[in-house]
Amino acid sequence: MTFLLKHSWWKWLTAGLMTFTVVFGLLTGVPRLPILNESIRNLYFHVPMWFGMIFLFLASAIQAIKYLKNKDEEHDLMSKELGVIGILYGVLGLFTGMIWAKFTWGEPWSNDPKQNASAIALLLYFAYFLLRGSVKDEQQRARLSAVYNIFSFIMMIPLLFILPRLTDSLHPGNGGNPGFNAYDLDNRMRLVFYPAVIGWTLLGFWISTIRIRIAKLKLKIDET
Amino acid sequence: MRLKILCSTCLILLSLFTFGQVEMADTFRSEGKIYVVVAVILLILLSLIIFMFRVEQKVSKLEKEINNRK
Repeated sequence: MTFLLKHSWWKWLTAGLMTFTVVFGLLTGVPRLPILNESIRNLYFHVPMWFGMIFLFLASAIQAIKYLKNKDEEHDLMSKELGVIGILYGVLGLFTGMIWAKFTWGEPWSNDPKQNASAIALLLYFAYFLLRGSVKDEQQRARLSAVYNIFSFIMMIPLLFILPRLTDSLHPGNGGNPGFNAYDLDNRMRLVFYPAVIGWTLLGFWISTIRIRIAKLKLKIDET
Repeated sequence: MRLKILCSTCLILLSLFTFGQVEMADTFRSEGKIYVVVAVILLILLSLIIFMFRVEQKVSKLEKEINNRK
């Protein structure tokens, strides 16, 4: 995180990757699959939201661990701001998924195990902010929320990656369904998908660095 | 007999055409309208990115101001 705050060349990389994603995501060929049709291109926009969310929450949890180690207020602040953007990405992922599901699975919410699990994961993180808001004492708040942050990250992993795979899911890669699976994600799509994931993730970090810098300024003003 | 062969070849050809032929936005693309969509999204994206850089500049300015005050 300190690396991202110090340097800024990666912001240009983000801009480049995002441009690449939009242009090539709409123009390159994709597998012709029934039901999905052209909506398969959502892979470049809906799925990176979840990847971005996971990386942001991971960074948030790392900052929480760092806070618990050296009790530096700045880590608490970074942990919080990364969590905010992580939630933003998660909510966007949920709603883009609902739009996509309306046209491919028939209804926005089909109680798919992965849908339910990701909603629960998001609720866990909403509770993180509830916890932050309900503790007045700053040090106590930072300590409690750091512990809770690590807990919710650890809880999120089985919710998103293990539980949906134990049952049949509409999501690809989690059960038999007519959508795409790991084998259908052909090389043409990979070429756009990976840059899209990196680009969207970096964009999330970019927004959070701005928020972190503003929060640090506020801290400084409050101190003086 | 000949009619039968003709019919079956026709059916085979028809099935070849329809099989694996999933409906995609081919006409839309061939008319070049996809570039309109790309142009619109690019304009929005690039403006947002420029806007982000501008916000960053403002934050940097504030940082300098507050750090110099002390």
